[in-house]
Amino acid sequence: MIRSEILKEIAPILRDQLVICNIGLPSQELHMIDDQPTNFYMLGTMGLASSIGLGVALAQDKTVIAIDGDGSVLTNFGTLPTIANNVADNFVLMIIDNGSYGSTGDQPTYAGKKTSLAAVATACGCENVVEVQDKDCGPALEAAIASKQMTIMVVKCDSGNIKVPVITKDPVVIRDRFMNAVAS
Amino acid sequence: MSISKQIVDDFVANDISFVTTVPCKQLAGVIDEVETRPEIYHIPSNKEDEGMGLCAGAFMGGKRPAIIMQNTAIGVTVNTLVTLTQFYRMPLPMLISYRGELKEPVACQVEMAVHTKALLNQLNIPTYHFHKQEDAQELDAILKYTFMCNKPVAILTDATFWGGY
Repeated sequence: MIRSEILKEIAPILRDQLVICNIGLPSQELHMIDDQPTNFYMLGTMGLASSIGLGVALAQDKTVIAIDGDGSVLTNFGTLPTIANNVADNFVLMIIDNGSYGSTGDQPTYAGKKTSLAAVATACGCENVVEVQDKDCGPALEAAIASKQMTIMVVKCDSGNIKVPVITKDPVVIRDRFMNAVAS
Repeated sequence: MSISKQIVDDFVANDISFVTTVPCKQLAGVIDEVETRPEIYHIPSNKEDEGMGLCAGAFMGGKRPAIIMQNTAIGVTVNTLVTLTQFYRMPLPMLISYRGELKEPVACQVEMAVHTKALLNQLNIPTYHFHKQEDAQELDAILKYTFMCNKPVAILTDATFWGGY
């Protein structure tokens, strides 16, 4: 499966949750598949989905799912020790690991070579790290949400992209409706 | 009252309850003070752009954030300030040690100091410079201004302000 197929499959699970979605194609795909006010789309700032997600999770009680990518986590590796040492049991970091920088033309990442993000997360001190295959993502995500324990998911999948329109929503609109959803 | 205690009192009085820090020798006292306050969740970050992501999340989660960092971080965080904090119109008080000013012993710090205000100016970031301890009397108003206008705001604090190096 490729990332957009995973997002399509888990969209019904994501719909009721606060979601911080990674820059570029992941946000564009989620926006096209199932736009919700509970989705915060990153229009820029590669690498910070996990940091924003942890911030939201630490600031309030609702479950927060950050959808990240292997390339973005590699960009902001310092996030994993911060997550490990600031446990928010309402936080799920879901790293869709297709071994490539999808939004920029599928250049290979080191996560698709020797580097295991699950092993790195574990070494950083994250306590609940699960690596799953694409087809098992939905049940694993549901289990992570139900566990009420902070969980790092590494979802291994194929690289590849679909044609998808850019998000033209104003960033302040995205932010404002997300904050209203948080507060509701 | 120590200047560090006064600064953190102003944070708490303005309902700032989520503070991320990347350390600097000049900021050690204020970071220690942040750590002692039960009203504040203190989350050290490994890099300042990561810290700004945490602050953006905390703000959207309903808390008032702040970041404490060195001026070298302005070089690290330009993209984040522009495409996250400013693009989405989020407030962010930035208490910054202004290294490389008078009394600085490390020459390399001057190299970033000469660019600090120019970069902040280029980014249209409201900037205040605390040189003498009485300058900190404006902090309360600066914090209120920051959360009124939903912008990142820089508070540069130099070695003279902190009482020498």
